[in-house]
Amino acid sequence: MTGIRRWDVLLAVAAGGALGSLARYGLGAALPSPAGVATLLGNVAGCLALGTLMAVLARQTPQPRLLRPFLGVGVLGGFTTFSTYVLDALSTAYDGHLVAAFAYAAGSVLASLLAVVAGVTGARRLLDRPGRAA
Amino acid sequence: MTAAMVMLGGAGGAVLRYLIDLRVQRGRTTAFPWGTLAVNVLGSALLGLLTSWILAAGTAGGAVFALAGVGLCGSLTTFSTFGYDTVQLITQRRHRHAAANVVVTVLAGFTAAVAGLLAGGAVWG
Repeated sequence: MTGIRRWDVLLAVAAGGALGSLARYGLGAALPSPAGVATLLGNVAGCLALGTLMAVLARQTPQPRLLRPFLGVGVLGGFTTFSTYVLDALSTAYDGHLVAAFAYAAGSVLASLLAVVAGVTGARRLLDRPGRAA
Repeated sequence: MTAAMVMLGGAGGAVLRYLIDLRVQRGRTTAFPWGTLAVNVLGSALLGLLTSWILAAGTAGGAVFALAGVGLCGSLTTFSTFGYDTVQLITQRRHRHAAANVVVTVLAGFTAAVAGLLAGGAVWG
């Protein structure tokens, strides 16, 4: 793959990452406590959106070249976060709430996987509606 | 100011994630998402380190933490691609790969973050 040096793709990823991160920061500022709620909501919403995006993109021919780098890698990659999820869980455990920390750690993964499935199947169902020209 | 720092770090983190993923996956034929695993573990270690630092630095470190912690580490790591990759593996009936991706990502991510916290605590604690 020679894509590493494609500057327009890198620019799309960077712009998307800036916007996604800003949205994640905004969500965290709007929902400061309890720790992890904003991260969980953002991660689940981002997984739902990525599932939807990938199902829609799979039907596009030709593939729009910059849409996945911008929306998928950039915006949704920047909006969702794994490192903050880990630190949120650790801080909850450190405060002595071990059960909550474990539930948060496991629940985030489960909810995110279900969100991806919901996004993919929901988008496919909409795209496959009878009467719609695919 | 803080928002600008988050955006700058977020742009850098996303580009780094994209480049690291390309580099790690290059030449590999495996279905296992090593690239996403690599950025998530790296970013968790780095955020652990930065969290130790900000606990010692206090509010004076706010702008740096917004740039490197919230922006860069937040964006370098990703939950959406991790979730999508795992669901893809399940769809392809690679159940062992899918289970390994979840277990290894979570265990390695938490271990890396604790290592970062402890290393930072030793330096700034």
